[in-house]
Amino acid sequence: MTGRSLVLVGTPKGAFILESDAARRDWSIRGPLCDGWPVHDISVEPGTNALLAGAGSPWFGPAVWRSEDLGETWTHSSEGLTYGDDGPKVATVWNVTAGLDGIYAGVEPAGLFRSTDRGRTWTHVEGLTNHPSRPEWGPGAGGLILHTIVPHSSDTQRMWVGISAVGVFETRDGGASWQTRNKGVRAEFNPENRFPEFGQCVHKLVMASDGGELLYQQNHCGVYRSSDGGAQWEEITGDLPSDFGFVMTAHPRDPKTVWNIPLTSPEEGRLMPGGAAAVWRTHDGGETWIRSGEGLPQKDAYVGVLREAMAHDDRDPVGVYFGTSTGQLYASADEGRTWSRIADNLPPIWSVEALAVD
Amino acid sequence: MTDPDRPAVVHLPRSLASLFPQAERRMDAHGATVLEVVRDLDTRVPGLANRVLDAGPSIRRHLNVFVDGQIAALDTPVPGGAQVHVIPAVSGG
Repeated sequence: MTGRSLVLVGTPKGAFILESDAARRDWSIRGPLCDGWPVHDISVEPGTNALLAGAGSPWFGPAVWRSEDLGETWTHSSEGLTYGDDGPKVATVWNVTAGLDGIYAGVEPAGLFRSTDRGRTWTHVEGLTNHPSRPEWGPGAGGLILHTIVPHSSDTQRMWVGISAVGVFETRDGGASWQTRNKGVRAEFNPENRFPEFGQCVHKLVMASDGGELLYQQNHCGVYRSSDGGAQWEEITGDLPSDFGFVMTAHPRDPKTVWNIPLTSPEEGRLMPGGAAAVWRTHDGGETWIRSGEGLPQKDAYVGVLREAMAHDDRDPVGVYFGTSTGQLYASADEGRTWSRIADNLPPIWSVEALAVD
Repeated sequence: MTDPDRPAVVHLPRSLASLFPQAERRMDAHGATVLEVVRDLDTRVPGLANRVLDAGPSIRRHLNVFVDGQIAALDTPVPGGAQVHVIPAVSGG
């Protein structure tokens, strides 16, 4: 069968690429890539299929890596990826996402950078750092990190970002100014004000395929949907076995289909409930959820899945992929109904992305 | 007596040199201080300074620089012909 299917994996010990054909049954693996640097996130630049890896070395600092030959060779740069000599030191890149007008990098401590020359140089998006709430931003368990970047699908002036444990922000003027987008989202760890303007612990934010107003969010406290670009959120946790989790990914063509992996609460280990691995999906925008564990271990599976570690490709049927914090990688070639393990001995998996090339 | 016009010899760890096609494990460099030596290397290996230096500028937390066997800071003088070693600290897991 023709076509190449790639699963891009970020780990604390480098990036890895699994490759198959369009059938997505048999997989080969190559790596570690990016010289074994800790890679928090890998994404794909639409149009060029360049691979972008957000990374940070304990010795050599943060950088965005770029490959224009599907991971065979890489370059890297952090030129301009700084808050200045008097500012806080950038520890690592947590997210790298290509938008319509350039590439964006989210870093720790939380901030946003933009490159308009394919990642060679970077410029601080100061509008977000200058938000009036910035002095009150506090870190989540993973640090004060800008971990999610969601560009609008057609409007270069609009973008959403997620910061732990600060919440969601949106810009409608190309990054010059930002507004909080957390209305309706619970902050149970703040009993004096369960619905603050900001301070919610967003874990993942994804955009549906319908053009830019329908968003889904996995939060520390629940799963949510917004039909107005984040202005108001409605909880859709429903009958999921937990309101806690990290990952979420949205169908590339059906705006009401989303995949999610509930985990036990932080106090209970952040594991798949009951030692039985499962991916849940909705086909009605979160009104109802369907569990799928077929092909996944259903006994003694004490595994977790981290924030960036689930993705989908755009084939028909859609392939869905997730990696565990203990190095197993699972794939579904039938939109999340059945699963198979395609790698078993990787380092802890921090991020997963998928790419179909025909 | 050291000749101030002689270049320093900078020894780069493999994990740093391998990041740049232009870099070698041993490179001559000019500069009166460690910072000037790093900047001089950066003119021939663009991006190398960003891997060695953090904001401040300062030497990255988990790197050490030695000049003729003595731990150095960015303003440490580098005599002509000095041996400069960039050493990754013992960290990570």
